[in-house]
Amino acid sequence: MLDDLDRRILRYLQAEPDMPLSDLAERAATTPSVASRRLSRMRSDGTIVSKTVLIDWAALGYEVEVSLRVTLDKTQPRAFDAFIDAARDVPEVIEIQTFLGRVDVRLSVVARDMADYQQVYRDRILTLPHIAEVEALMHVARIKTNAGVPI
Amino acid sequence: MILDETDRALLRLLQQDADQSAAALAKNLDMSQPAIWRRIKRLKEEGVIKGVALNLNREKLGLGVTVFLGIKLATKGRVSLEDFERAVKAIPEVQQIEHVLGLYDYRLRVVARDISDFERVLRRRIMTLPGVGDLEANVLLSEEKRPGPI
Repeated sequence: MLDDLDRRILRYLQAEPDMPLSDLAERAATTPSVASRRLSRMRSDGTIVSKTVLIDWAALGYEVEVSLRVTLDKTQPRAFDAFIDAARDVPEVIEIQTFLGRVDVRLSVVARDMADYQQVYRDRILTLPHIAEVEALMHVARIKTNAGVPI
Repeated sequence: MILDETDRALLRLLQQDADQSAAALAKNLDMSQPAIWRRIKRLKEEGVIKGVALNLNREKLGLGVTVFLGIKLATKGRVSLEDFERAVKAIPEVQQIEHVLGLYDYRLRVVARDISDFERVLRRRIMTLPGVGDLEANVLLSEEKRPGPI
């Protein structure tokens, strides 16, 4: 279980993941060696999964981001696995999520512009196996991003 | 910004683990450490790397449920988008808000301890937002980030 110090460390680290260890320890009111021990414990027990860089796709010329909500043909026993395996091979897919609800799978797809998106959609997405229905939501703006979880 | 093959390989490694030392990256890519630093610095300056994310195991933090909500505003024109956005931004359980075009106006990512906690958030916080009309909830079962077109 996490104690108060673990939670303080995670809260500050979540707000600023590349904060130096000495600053993190100071804010969490502990010493760098204790903070470092706590961090390595939380890494090994899986509380901290990973640290990854966030890529701004627009800076690389991918101006369009679309959320595709997919319903699968559930009469096909392997529909989920086959669909997800095939979706992994589409480079423009940056995220794959599965759901319980009206939507089965959601893909986040980036494209350079609308013409590029149309091509990706027709050639790479609609050819994925076992699709029953697809709905598209076009991103206009992000109002709040990666706000972090309440710890 | 146009990436070369080395930039791409470097970004892919950093997407897996942003905590790697320049020494480890240099060894992996068969380059010198200063060359790695220069490339990372440039990727940051050009805005390609926009930050670092800490990925936590939500279950271990006692947050067992993540729900995506699609929200359609009921009285467009009468309720300002700014009022809605300001109110929804202030809800701590709402991690992410996207303004979208299509079936819904907004897409929200909400975390909760369990389903009954989610019900509390939904009834007390979300349903009371100004202008909320149609609402659809989907419970997240799994998610994976892909490297994307690099």
